[in-house]
Amino acid sequence: MTRLKKDKVMNLKAAVSAFVRDGCHLSIGGFTLNRNPMAAVYEIIRQNIKKLHLYVHSNGQGVDELIGAGCVARIEVAYGGTGKFAATCIRFRKAVEQGAIQIEDYTNYQMTLRFLAGAMGVPFLPTRSSLGTDIIAKWGFSREIRRAEPGLPDHKLVVMDNPFPGWGDTDQVVLVPAICPDVTIIHVHEADRRGNCRMQGLTFADVEQAKAARHVIVTCERLAGDDELRHHSDQNQIPFIHVDAVVPVPYGAYPTACYRYYDYDPVYLKDYAGAAKNDERYAAYLARLRATADHQALLDGVGPARLAMIQADPTTGYAVDLDRR
Amino acid sequence: MEYTLKEMMAITAAREIKNDDIVFCGTGISMLAAMAAKNIHAPECVIFFETGAIDAKLEEIPLAVADSRVMYHTAANGGLLEAFATMQNRVTGAQVLGILGAAQIDKFGNLNSTVIGDYFSPETRFSGSGGGCDVASFVPRSMIFMQHEKRKFVKQLDYLTSPGHLDGPDGRRKAGLPAGGPQCVVTNLAVMRFDDHTKEMYLDGCYPGIEPRTVLDHMAFVVDVSRARPLAPPSARELKILREKCDPQRLIL
Repeated sequence: MTRLKKDKVMNLKAAVSAFVRDGCHLSIGGFTLNRNPMAAVYEIIRQNIKKLHLYVHSNGQGVDELIGAGCVARIEVAYGGTGKFAATCIRFRKAVEQGAIQIEDYTNYQMTLRFLAGAMGVPFLPTRSSLGTDIIAKWGFSREIRRAEPGLPDHKLVVMDNPFPGWGDTDQVVLVPAICPDVTIIHVHEADRRGNCRMQGLTFADVEQAKAARHVIVTCERLAGDDELRHHSDQNQIPFIHVDAVVPVPYGAYPTACYRYYDYDPVYLKDYAGAAKNDERYAAYLARLRATADHQALLDGVGPARLAMIQADPTTGYAVDLDRR
Repeated sequence: MEYTLKEMMAITAAREIKNDDIVFCGTGISMLAAMAAKNIHAPECVIFFETGAIDAKLEEIPLAVADSRVMYHTAANGGLLEAFATMQNRVTGAQVLGILGAAQIDKFGNLNSTVIGDYFSPETRFSGSGGGCDVASFVPRSMIFMQHEKRKFVKQLDYLTSPGHLDGPDGRRKAGLPAGGPQCVVTNLAVMRFDDHTKEMYLDGCYPGIEPRTVLDHMAFVVDVSRARPLAPPSARELKILREKCDPQRLIL
């Protein structure tokens, strides 16, 4: 059982090519402009992996870049936005409007429950969210597609009467189908060689996403010593038994933020949004990105001054007074 | 004192937030309204985010609900499961006021934040529900931010993303949703509320210098304007706190 081995450290190129294949069902961690596994996203783009089936709740920047680079065929999603930098992710929006990708809409809570169901090994979980809405009425993936594909449940959502009549003041529930991605990629603050993970700040749905997946790649800011995370292990969220590969990548969430390490880079995100609006400029952006050998080369291009600008303040965990206009 | 409509919106919305509210906050102007309330008249209110941050010390305005600025000095940093459990909790849930926004709204306060046009070949695609539909489904009270435009206040939504009162007084119960729904809509012209009996939108108050006629001109459906009252402009103190404490870089304003 490879998940019990002592040393899972790999380089990013090898980890991505070992686990992320054309057409695989992938989920990525983080939320809008925070702790997206961007180094891994950029490596997927460099390796030109295609036809991904993406499961996300609200991963803004990572989703937009994967779609913009043409890596995605289908997406199950709750929200495609990057906060102030793109109220709706720009390449996501273009791709949906042009019919270049197929999309299925859920809510954030539903996507989180779907990952949790996958992690628990149950086929579905109930909620009351979205009763009476088009999220239930309209299916992005048709019944035919769903029936034809073994990797998809036959129904988007199922409404049923509460099987415990009157219990919990609830007459009806919505059942959300479990997700078991082929691969989940998350970026964490610290991990050890074996794959124990420690995140700081908000964990979003990273834990559920990781535990639901067949394979898990963890990129980390810092590789912790072999015994280090065994101390204060109450601060760890994911034990090694769920992890396949550990990849130390400083600034692995850049240009999104990593609480207590660095902030998001407003300059990068603004430039990106500008380029994303224009097909020619976006092609140039992608060409520059693909020409970088790895994440370190991308960071070298950004330069030390910009990285210094987004260094997190040790008290607050973000870059105080950063110019975010 | 001079002020912009955006400032008026933020202050008007802030006044809806009470000291014992647990405020669920989205991105943008809702964040500003909640920060303004906390700094002006509701210091004890709790602001929380769907990302899992409860009662952050918001010293700078977050630009997204996952901004590291929501993680500082919180009561607890969790994840999405904890945040959505908070608003469904049988005890704390009753105190939650949700703040939402959308591309379209109808007379029952149902919202569209998904597409303009046909869902299967949209003219315009928006971000989608995010946690919006979850909040609208669960919380007893919500406040909605809208720009007052004919194409946004529509007779028929292109897509119903987040439930308001659905098709009227009994809509939520029939659909199986908890009681509740939107209590007001704060726009760049006015404040709208929902009739206790019909659950239909009516004009509650106009901003200084705005006539009820003007409000109706900016909507594709007609609402009752007989209850409209003038709303007070922001005070010098409110403006000072909003500008200097909440958004000195004018990131939202």
